[in-house]
Amino acid sequence: MAVCIAVIAKENYPLYIRSVPTQNELKFHYTVHTSLDVVEEKISAVGKAMADQRELYLGLLYPTEDYKVYGYVTNSKVKFVIVVDSSNTSLRDNEIRSMFRKLHNSFTDVMCNPFYNPGDPIQSKAFDGIVSGMMVQPS
Amino acid sequence: MESQEEKPIIYTMENKPIVTCAGDQGLFTSLYTPLAQQLPREPMEWRRTYGRAPKMIHLEANFVQFKEELLPKEGNKALLTFPFLHIYWTDCCDTEAYKGSVKEDMMRWQNSLRAHGSADWVIVVVETNDAKKKNKTNILPRSSIVDKIRNDFCNKQNDRCVVLSDPLKDSSRSQESWSSFLLKLRTLLLMSFTKNLGRFEDDMRTLREKRTQPGWSFCEYFMVQEELAFVFEMLQQFEDALVQYDELDALFTQYVLNFGAGDGANWLGSFCAPVRSWSGLLLRRPIDMEKRDGIQHGEASLLDLRSYLFSRQCTLLIFLQRPWEVTQRALELLHNCVQELHLLEVSVLEGALDCWVFLSCLEVLHRIEGCCDQAQLAANCSHTVGLWAYATDKLKSLGELCGLVSDKGPTSEDLNRTVDLLAGLGDERPETANSLQSPYKKLKEALSSVEAFERHYLELSHAAMEMYRAIGRLRSARLVGKSLAEFYMRKGDPERAEAFLQEALKSYVSEGWSLPVTHTRKQIAECQKLLGRTEDYLQTSALLAGDVNLSSEERKHFCQEILTFASKSTDKSQKVILSMGAFAQLTRLQFHPATASVHSGADLQVELSLQSLMPVSVCVQQLAASIHFSLEHGGTHGRSKGTQKQTNIGTVDFSQGNLSACPLSSSAAGPSLELDEIQDRSPSDNSLNSTGMVCKNTHLVMRRHDSSSSPDTPNCVSPPTVALDDGAHMLKVQDITLEPGSNSVVFTAPSGDPGTYTLRQLCATVGQVQFVLPHIYPLVQYEVYSQEPLLTVEPLSEPLLAGLPQMVKFTLLTGHYTVKKGDALQLSNTETMPIMPSTSCTASIRNTAADLVGESLLSIQSSEKVTSISLPPTPPYHTLEFQLEVLCIIPSGSDRPANERLTNGEVRHRPRSYSHPDTPMTAIDQRMSIDCPWSIYSTLLALTFYIPFKTKHSLLSAGNRKYIQVCVQNVSDVNFQLVDVKLTEKQHASLELHSLNTKAQQLVCSKQSVFCLWEVRWKADLPSCLQCVFSANFSPLNQDISAFKPFHYHFQLERVTTLYSVQAEILPAAGEQHCRSGALCGLEVCITRLTEPGENEMGEESKADSDGLKTTKLMYEVADSSSNWAVCGKSSGMVSMPMLANATHKVQIEVMPLFAGHLPFPKIKVLKYLPHTAAPAIQPDPDSCVENDSLSLLDKTLDDQGDTASIRSRGSVHSVGSGEQQQRGLAMPRLEPFSPGQVFNHSHARQVLVLPATDDHIMEVNAT
Repeated sequence: MAVCIAVIAKENYPLYIRSVPTQNELKFHYTVHTSLDVVEEKISAVGKAMADQRELYLGLLYPTEDYKVYGYVTNSKVKFVIVVDSSNTSLRDNEIRSMFRKLHNSFTDVMCNPFYNPGDPIQSKAFDGIVSGMMVQPS
Repeated sequence: MESQEEKPIIYTMENKPIVTCAGDQGLFTSLYTPLAQQLPREPMEWRRTYGRAPKMIHLEANFVQFKEELLPKEGNKALLTFPFLHIYWTDCCDTEAYKGSVKEDMMRWQNSLRAHGSADWVIVVVETNDAKKKNKTNILPRSSIVDKIRNDFCNKQNDRCVVLSDPLKDSSRSQESWSSFLLKLRTLLLMSFTKNLGRFEDDMRTLREKRTQPGWSFCEYFMVQEELAFVFEMLQQFEDALVQYDELDALFTQYVLNFGAGDGANWLGSFCAPVRSWSGLLLRRPIDMEKRDGIQHGEASLLDLRSYLFSRQCTLLIFLQRPWEVTQRALELLHNCVQELHLLEVSVLEGALDCWVFLSCLEVLHRIEGCCDQAQLAANCSHTVGLWAYATDKLKSLGELCGLVSDKGPTSEDLNRTVDLLAGLGDERPETANSLQSPYKKLKEALSSVEAFERHYLELSHAAMEMYRAIGRLRSARLVGKSLAEFYMRKGDPERAEAFLQEALKSYVSEGWSLPVTHTRKQIAECQKLLGRTEDYLQTSALLAGDVNLSSEERKHFCQEILTFASKSTDKSQKVILSMGAFAQLTRLQFHPATASVHSGADLQVELSLQSLMPVSVCVQQLAASIHFSLEHGGTHGRSKGTQKQTNIGTVDFSQGNLSACPLSSSAAGPSLELDEIQDRSPSDNSLNSTGMVCKNTHLVMRRHDSSSSPDTPNCVSPPTVALDDGAHMLKVQDITLEPGSNSVVFTAPSGDPGTYTLRQLCATVGQVQFVLPHIYPLVQYEVYSQEPLLTVEPLSEPLLAGLPQMVKFTLLTGHYTVKKGDALQLSNTETMPIMPSTSCTASIRNTAADLVGESLLSIQSSEKVTSISLPPTPPYHTLEFQLEVLCIIPSGSDRPANERLTNGEVRHRPRSYSHPDTPMTAIDQRMSIDCPWSIYSTLLALTFYIPFKTKHSLLSAGNRKYIQVCVQNVSDVNFQLVDVKLTEKQHASLELHSLNTKAQQLVCSKQSVFCLWEVRWKADLPSCLQCVFSANFSPLNQDISAFKPFHYHFQLERVTTLYSVQAEILPAAGEQHCRSGALCGLEVCITRLTEPGENEMGEESKADSDGLKTTKLMYEVADSSSNWAVCGKSSGMVSMPMLANATHKVQIEVMPLFAGHLPFPKIKVLKYLPHTAAPAIQPDPDSCVENDSLSLLDKTLDDQGDTASIRSRGSVHSVGSGEQQQRGLAMPRLEPFSPGQVFNHSHARQVLVLPATDDHIMEVNAT
């Protein structure tokens, strides 16, 4: 399960960012922000290859000693970043993918809300619930 | 086993598969060199088991002499020393020799092979021509020896015996022989590989399946599988070799994970031993025997195993030319190891892992550098940079651990720790002992002193940062920079730290990451405080004080920092100017009144809504808004009006991103266009000259966006230096307290001079600190105007009807003028529009907001020429309204008095009536001239009245009797009553007009007409010209008698007297009672002169006949427009009428009715014929319409009764083409019609019964 989940706008500002050990929030912000480097690198690399049939899932962006950072980018260039604890070895690539898919679906719902102004921070309870379900439960 | 222990054949690069050679050693030795050379020359396809892809492989072999000991014993799993093929060499060509010795030898060889279960052998029979020659006499055919051998040994395996002919000769036969031999050899070798490796793999798998059994050891299995890897490596199959190691890696990893999940294997115990050595990876040797032995003996630690595995993988990857995979795997490995140690709960000395990681990183980097050139390295930064950054990170934490970062230097405790750490490194490896830059030396040096540490750390940091920059990972570079900044801060070098922090902050701000922004800004604040940069520090503090990401204590702390500074009473008068964005935000501005446009001197209040971002309430000594004043002119007037229309009236909302959560998409997307409409009006009459659109914020829109920080954002990195402009005009409020959150501040705006006032800056002064909002945007303006007095008159109800008293409203906008007591409006009187005196005329005074301020009675004094209205005193910029009743007299016809002068000397403009396109009513523009007290010029105003009636008259005759009909049509929307309808004649008193109207009062509804009729009676002579006046009184329906107003209509009738009477009679054909259709009838026209000729008639249109009798020529014409009649023969003709009363002329014309029934008589026209002599002398009366109707008679022969048919035809031609002038100039004879009353037609509208023609049609009716 994830320790941090972030949704980042096309312009690279955070739309939503939540992490589980709240005392480490700052560190996750830095981590997610830095991961944008790799996201951009991957998007531009893929963009050259094939623009239309793009795989949204970007895979492991970069590992650190403590965390693994995975990326996903929607067609509208909104980025999802999931940070997973490195010690959590039970998570397979497929599970990460399905997490992203779930996140994307929920994000789509948020965007469909006529009262949501695209570009604003996400404050949807439904989205929050989906994210909570994917996060490590603080014990 | 023993042999292996004696000489461990492990240097795999030099290893080749072992092939033993038995038999004739001398022969083999002679052939060894070409064999060893040629064997690997051609590749062979190796088909693999388990569906693995076939491979092309170059075979090599290590040929050794056959010894029994070489054959593997039972249970020996060693593959490297395994002989894959056994060759028996012989060149025996002598049957005897074969039978005597060779066969026996072969048997022995075969038996020993069989004893060890080795089926991979081949017998090579070498034939030489020399041998043949030597034994020429007593030889058997050579094939027989080979056959014998095959017979004896190769039981059904003929391919196990190969013939090699003349191997040392250079002939084609020998070549062929060689190649087939080599092919055979290779095939056999591969077969052996397939078989033996397959068997080995099967064994290995079996062993692996046993891993759940107790007593299974990973290390043992490791050795087995590694053996396979070695063989693959020996066969140059690095890919396959790597797979073996990867499988081992995965297996081990799985065990560790299982252990973490609680499923521990016994053998893992050895790996859980505390880590004692952290000497890092060693990648310079192909095989690290030291570690391998450790693994073999189950003494290796986890780090050892991992190190060994990775070094093998690294070696193979480099063989495979995949150095970048090494770096990637290295990073994974290092992370993984750290995790695994943690998972296995292996006790590690603090910092030891950091040492290990650091050394390993550098080792990998060195290894990669060793096998790539600089260009390659530079191009593949992205692969190595992770290791650099990781190493940097680790060195930093080591430095912190060993007290090398603090400015005081390491404590003794730190030193002890350092010593422990260095002890774990062990001795330097011999491979790197001579290298100056070995990772080992670097680490030792770095840990030895503060200075050395700093040097190494900076070197690494900068290297990592540059690489990140080079590959465009700017965020990562900045993060390293931030970490460097933290280092500098620890070292007490805030100046350098700040540069890095600022750069990082810029990036966070531009991308809207608030938490990193707050954190970095806090660090910057610390730097700035240390550096003593007060202004910057205060600015940063202000930003932090308003930062919701911080706790309220922190915010209060920073707020207090500002307040403390502000309250310091320094002698320096210089104040610190800070950007207001951090302190408070202007959210809304409201004008009272909302139009933001007042006349000069009026009250205008501006209410500011300020959102204070400070955590505590702050006393502001002064809040001031500077104002820019510009004189109003035509162009700007229109523009400012446009602004007011666009925005919410009187309220300007400032949209600014929330300071805390600031995804300032606007900063990324750029500001939105602010468009405005401008209208350029001509200064003279305020008419529109041009209009257009302007973009008011081009300076923002067109700005380059690459500079990522936009100074308008509240999160600006370094707030722009704000310039205070000290305008003459200021909105000021003293001593207010801004509470956290929303505050409302009301200013009273100056409104002295007319013009446009633009709010420019806002400045809050708190002691020594001034918070300045350098630009108020969007533009906020208010207008102060000065207005000329304006008088307008407009109808109270539309339309104004002439002839009736109507109310008009006078509106006076006083503008800047104060109406004093005694001021009066002087209206010049006109008799066409008198002002009705009224007793109670009230004026109301309203202010600009249209509230009633006062009312007073007006006094109106009328003199002969002037009506004077004295106005009540009215303050400036008020509206004075009153109503007056006026009457526009309907102009009654043609009498036009001479121009008069008005009292002011102007030429009176006669009200001129004209028809208005919108209404059927005739309109009259009535001008008024008013003298106003504020101007020396008269004000001219126009009112438009509409005449409600249209009047027509007509003269009717009956023989000699005359009637006058007047039609009054009501064209207005109002119903009227008409009374006292009268018709009078002005000139002829003898004339009597006898009214035939029965009703005294007549209702004329809207859009209806009323007809009135009078009979004209006269005594002596009927005058030929009558001047008539129709008069009536009218009033709107249901009003009392006093409301009746007169209406007059003047008209003139001329040539009233009846001159001729025309009588027509239709006579049926002779013998008939009635006319019949289709039968000719006679039309008898009788024209009779009724009166004696008048004087003028005599002179004008008669001439003396030859007999002295005066005659007039008349032309008659019978025309039937409705085609009821056919005129047979001539239809027109000329008659000469004697000018005597009762002179009669009869004309007979034949006509034929075309239809049956009551047919109207054909029309008979009588016209005056003017001969050509008379024409030039007499100008036709301009009022008559002779010219239009006359026929021009060109033919002079038509003096008498000519052919009228030809006249008509010619006339019609010429009437179209010829002009009247030509006609006159040529003095043509003309026809002139009579006036309506002059000819009376008795038979007008008479009808005659026409019977159908005799019915000669037969109608047959058949009934069947």
